[in-house]
Amino acid sequence: MCQGVVVLRGEWTLRALSPELRRMRQLLDQARSVASWDLGGVSRLDNFGAQLLWRHWRQARPGRLSAAPELLRVIEAVEALGAARLPTRPRHWLAPIHTLGDPLLGLMAHFAGLLHLLGQLAIDLAYLCVRPGLWPIKEFSANLYKTGVQAMAVTALVGFLIGVVLSYLSALQLKAFGADIFIVNILGLGIIRELGPVLVSVLVAGRSGSAMTAQLGVMRVTEEIDALATMGISRHVRLVLPKVMALAVAMPLLVLWASGVAILGGMVSARLQLGIGFGFFLQTLPGVVPIANLYIAVAKGAVFGVVIALVACHFGLRVKPNTESLSANTTASVVSAITAVILMDAVFAIATRHIGVPL
Amino acid sequence: MTVAAVELAGIVTRFGATVVHDGVDLSIPAGEVVTLVGGSGSGKTTLLREIVGLLTPSAGEVRLFGEPLLSGSRAEQVRRRRRFGMLFQQGALFSAFNVFDNIAFPLRELGCLTADEVHDAVMLKLAMVELQPEHGLRMPAELSGGMIKRVALARALALEPELLLLDEPTAGLDPDRSAAFVRLIRALQSQLGLTVVLVTHDLDTLAALSSRVAVLAERRILACDALDRIIELDHPFVERFFRTETSRRAMARGLESI
Repeated sequence: MCQGVVVLRGEWTLRALSPELRRMRQLLDQARSVASWDLGGVSRLDNFGAQLLWRHWRQARPGRLSAAPELLRVIEAVEALGAARLPTRPRHWLAPIHTLGDPLLGLMAHFAGLLHLLGQLAIDLAYLCVRPGLWPIKEFSANLYKTGVQAMAVTALVGFLIGVVLSYLSALQLKAFGADIFIVNILGLGIIRELGPVLVSVLVAGRSGSAMTAQLGVMRVTEEIDALATMGISRHVRLVLPKVMALAVAMPLLVLWASGVAILGGMVSARLQLGIGFGFFLQTLPGVVPIANLYIAVAKGAVFGVVIALVACHFGLRVKPNTESLSANTTASVVSAITAVILMDAVFAIATRHIGVPL
Repeated sequence: MTVAAVELAGIVTRFGATVVHDGVDLSIPAGEVVTLVGGSGSGKTTLLREIVGLLTPSAGEVRLFGEPLLSGSRAEQVRRRRRFGMLFQQGALFSAFNVFDNIAFPLRELGCLTADEVHDAVMLKLAMVELQPEHGLRMPAELSGGMIKRVALARALALEPELLLLDEPTAGLDPDRSAAFVRLIRALQSQLGLTVVLVTHDLDTLAALSSRVAVLAERRILACDALDRIIELDHPFVERFFRTETSRRAMARGLESI
């Protein structure tokens, strides 16, 4: 042990120390082996200051310590804490297998959850047929307005621009072959059968799907869903069903609307680029695009709408009461809805491969 | 002469056409425990939010530790904010962090502490609010109401504040836990020499904690004095609030519990 005394003075508080903390640590390190400490000149000592000293004393009081009684009380509080440590969760030896297996099991849980939701809706629908007074008509109407009417502007804008771009790019190629007239076939089939439904689905999933998940999620965080349950009101009937019904109705209409506007955009572009008149375009369209394509588009719209609403509600009802879970589930809802829509679209493409395509 | 920890001068608060405060003057000396009482809607929480700068009064000045709240450079304002801690009514814990990270958050934000120092400081704060180290791993959603308040208190104390503001510290706690929480705040206050400003409806808490009571009525501070002198005031609000039989019993219970 070194001879001599370490004399501390002034404020030993977090606020006073923090600007010079690095230098203080060094000075304390140098004084480590000194056995005699005089804290007589310390005007204030807070818990942080006491812990700093305690750490440099290596968790033991120095041989001689002189300090005012109120400072000693602070040091005693730190001493009494001892070596309390935050417990660490030991890593299980199966952890790598868990890392692989958990997402897979999670995926299966999601499918089971979706199936459960669908089954519950079917049961509720059957019940509502017996008790027609319970149909959530007002909620359905409100959702129809929110997801349908309010989405018209953005779907029209995006549809129009996509129509213009598709028509412009196709026109460049068709011109080279002198096959200008086929612009009607390409736009008609492409937009009505494929692009319209998928485009609207992506927009609606991003716009209404995320809103549904966030709404149900916040209702779970604030226990509003539990409040509904205690009043004997089924969350499936009151919250999920109107959303599914609204999208099942709104989506086909939005698909027709957006496809119409996209074809208008294509027509404008075709007229400027290829000199094909509106009248000729509209006259040719029914001949080259069989009406079956329109039915497929409407069916796709309804199915995609149901899928988006179900996925959104499934994730919304899974939200745990914290901010992280809310954001994670909203993201998962949008990404899964879009993926599911594209998968369903592939199923449609295979199932309807002989229908409505001129051979 | 010591500077007042909190000084309000001529505070006027308007929300649209409603005037909530009209010339509030209040001076809180360091080391005091002052309770703000007033009818519901009298703007107690609003006043508390104005003290910490979450709301700006329409007129008047808030001075903390002798300096105007919103003066000086950005760095000076941040330093001033670190001298007080606030306990929100619902706890306002960060729900994405566990208890340990919640308390460690303000310490890590300082940017000059090592991980070990942060760890030890958090452990001490947990011990101060009578929680176990293993509670540090829990998420806020897994805590009971009383534990949320304690963790929030530990977080408010993380930066070793000189001034502690408590918004309804015992609301939503059962009488037993509420008494325990009051004892805890009292012990910490005397140990750390804190200045405490609290808003409460709970007369047990009020009687047990306050060294002074400030009555907010008619859009201003009617009086700020020791509890026994406040009770004698001749004013309808004081009459209703303090002088009923139940109030007297609650205050007697509060004084007994300490």
